[in-house]
Amino acid sequence: MATETTAQGDSGGLSFHPMDQFIVKPLFGDGPVHWYTITNVTLWMALSVLVIAALLVFGTRSRAIVPNRSQSIAELAYGFIYKMVEDVAGKDGVKYFPYIMTLFMFIVVANFLGLLPTAFTTTSHIAVTAILAFAVFITVTVIGFAKNGKAFLNLFWVASAPLALRPILAVIEVISYFVRPVSHSIRLAGNLMAGHAVIKVFAGFAAIAAIAPFSIIAVTAIYGLEVLVAFIQAYVFTILTCVYLKDALHPSH
Amino acid sequence: MATETTSEAVGSCVGADGSAIGLPQLCFDWFPNQIFWLLVTLAAIYFLLSRIALPRIGAVLAERQGTITNDIAAAEELKAQADEAEKAYDKALADARAEAQRIAAETRAEIQVELDKAIAAADAQIAEKTGESEAAIAEIRASALESVTEVARDTAQAIVSALGGTADDAAVSAAVEKQTKG
Repeated sequence: MATETTAQGDSGGLSFHPMDQFIVKPLFGDGPVHWYTITNVTLWMALSVLVIAALLVFGTRSRAIVPNRSQSIAELAYGFIYKMVEDVAGKDGVKYFPYIMTLFMFIVVANFLGLLPTAFTTTSHIAVTAILAFAVFITVTVIGFAKNGKAFLNLFWVASAPLALRPILAVIEVISYFVRPVSHSIRLAGNLMAGHAVIKVFAGFAAIAAIAPFSIIAVTAIYGLEVLVAFIQAYVFTILTCVYLKDALHPSH
Repeated sequence: MATETTSEAVGSCVGADGSAIGLPQLCFDWFPNQIFWLLVTLAAIYFLLSRIALPRIGAVLAERQGTITNDIAAAEELKAQADEAEKAYDKALADARAEAQRIAAETRAEIQVELDKAIAAADAQIAEKTGESEAAIAEIRASALESVTEVARDTAQAIVSALGGTADDAAVSAAVEKQTKG
């Protein structure tokens, strides 16, 4: 969110750099960013791992029958995702629960960490969400063929439609199937990037004294919205993963 | 955030003033770095969850479910015991009441028998006393009659003497006898 970068330009006019918060830079030194370089991406992803460990491992260390606060939250997250997987993907989807829980916990924690002022939002990058989405896409497609063989193709052949319509529907189904990872990834990255950029733009207007109060109110309001978006986008990403998994396990319409 | 970064070595995506050129999200120079660290992160989270957190939370939830089920079963058993105890209490109460009534009836019957015996004895005593009294009264009456005859004879003799006659004892006695009997 990096609101401190809304500095005024040399001419005294407004200068907006709403995208600077998304720059990847090395944590130590100014060298080029290699694949192994420790960058702000590394820092904020490591923080998300620490938060998840604190919540789900450290928080549940007492294994209490009557849970304390942190254990309650961990159990709530567990029950929330477990029930989602069971309800959407079915009983046989439950064995993929750890993978889906991993996705959800990473996205939700990274989203909320990104809301901290001066934080770097890892999930606002299409490179990150595309990997997540393609991982889901490839895994689900492999599971679909491994579980159902050729019957998985029934997903594209709508048996309940009139015969004349089926080829057309098949084309539409195939296109929608391959668009899934694109929409899946851009939805998450786009929502977060847009919200964070909008906050920066509003913050930039605060340089003008007359507009500053409105700017602050707007930033506050958008921030509230972003808190909602942070959770909802994690939820949407996870439930869509469950839906795709359901299609792979039970391809018939 | 990156305004301090002024080095050109950062790449083609950041300008000389440290601000982003175009969308930082589309800077392909950074993709390998992000993808690598994302995979490391996901592996770490998956390890944490699948090895430690999820089995632990699952076990806690199952244990809680088990405890709740056991507690409910125990409560049902205790409730059944309480019902049984109440039934037994009611039965004992009813038995005790019946017993009490039986004892009361028995006692009443016993008392009745004794009472009857006592009444009979009293009646007999009363009858005896009455007989005795009647005998005494009859005796007294008889002696009183005798006395009346005697007094009447004496009186008749005295009256006869007073009238200047000579009282014939036998005649007087007969006359008195006749009068008193009549």
